[in-house]
Amino acid sequence: MARISVDTGKCIGSAQCVLAAPDVFDQDDDGFVTVLDSTPSGEAEATARTASGICPAQAITVHD
Amino acid sequence: MSTDAAELVPFMLRRPGAPFPPPEYEEFRTKPGLVKAALPSGETVWLVTRHEEVRAVLTDPRISSNPTHEGFPRPSRTVGAPSADEVPGWFVSLDPPDHNRFRKALIPEFTVRRIRSLRPAVEEIVDRAIDQMLARGDTAELVEDFSLTVPSLVISSLLGVPKVDRDFFEEKTKVLVTLTSTDEERDKASEHLLRYINRLITIKSKRPGDDLISRLLQGGLLTPQELSGVSMLLLIAGHETTANNISLGVVTLLQQKQWIGDERMIEELLRYHSVADLVALRVAIEDVEIGGQLVRAGEGIVPLVAGANHDPEMFERPHEFDPSRSATGHVAFGYGVHQCLGQNLVRLEMDVAYRGLFRRIPTLEVAVPLEELRFKYDGVLFGLHALPVRW
Repeated sequence: MARISVDTGKCIGSAQCVLAAPDVFDQDDDGFVTVLDSTPSGEAEATARTASGICPAQAITVHD
Repeated sequence: MSTDAAELVPFMLRRPGAPFPPPEYEEFRTKPGLVKAALPSGETVWLVTRHEEVRAVLTDPRISSNPTHEGFPRPSRTVGAPSADEVPGWFVSLDPPDHNRFRKALIPEFTVRRIRSLRPAVEEIVDRAIDQMLARGDTAELVEDFSLTVPSLVISSLLGVPKVDRDFFEEKTKVLVTLTSTDEERDKASEHLLRYINRLITIKSKRPGDDLISRLLQGGLLTPQELSGVSMLLLIAGHETTANNISLGVVTLLQQKQWIGDERMIEELLRYHSVADLVALRVAIEDVEIGGQLVRAGEGIVPLVAGANHDPEMFERPHEFDPSRSATGHVAFGYGVHQCLGQNLVRLEMDVAYRGLFRRIPTLEVAVPLEELRFKYDGVLFGLHALPVRW
């Protein structure tokens, strides 16, 4: 299990996290990232790591 | 660390008949540091071809997108964006924090949910374009008849251009991106469009509708003048880029039909074709080290996204079109705060376009030998000038 934190100040709403890890991330009405599952495990954890890696604003941190 | 390059390579490496991305990128990737290249103007720039370093350039706050900085690459009249001083609202030419207000205003228009809700409208546009092609006979020029038409109509629908004006809008936008248009014709079309958009903004401020322009006017984050620049930018950024992706994708998919209908093909097409290779121009505003290369303040940088997307360190067998790979992490839409705002709309348009074309015209084929296709070796964006097809 990992812990997810996001920096909404950095978020640019590209939604790459929502596409890569729809169980972990969502967008609020303004388009900024929200976390649905802050301690994902298994498949969700793997997708969250992918999302963190591709986030163009580098706004997602996965804490081990 | 080396501070000067021994030899200069010419900047525009695309040549008729040569593969794209240019084979030279492979050689550049093996060299330490960056590669110094000469623009046609004689100015020099640093070329970046490795995935890791392209991402580093596009996220470094010491590297700017603002063309008013000394040393910003100016390859030619048609390459290089206007500054936000010249065109208010041209936010791709702004750095944070000036850029943030524009992005913030526009993000809600491009969320995953919003884009999904556009699917029926995009399907209708694609269906109508196919109806018209079928009604005209059993051949078409796909670039003009389909690939350019679809994104133009999608953008006009997004902006809130009334249906009765869409033919005008489409005709003018096509002039902007057609090879055979003269500079004069392009300037005139651009002027007409700008005047039209300004009139539309005035109308929407009095009678708002359910569209991007109306919502942005009501949101109050942007001035009407900025909104006019933003609308032109969305139009230009979303038109030829999408068209090139659609056309090249048709050619690639017709060669490897087993992937038609496979959802993974979209990301791989985006990576494989990387049409916006030369779009992300930058300049260092402080001394910065990239990949062991010192780049001095005032030196221009060209991060080549096709180079990054064909970097074998990131993607195995990069020159093969293989949707079974994970193309995740490609930078076809750029990276950093300027990463393409409309990327999820492009994905939707490509998906709907291919579903429509291959379902309704199952016998679709390219009507000329592949070696006779005219690729865009001469433009900023890679793509096809024309794509004769038959069924």
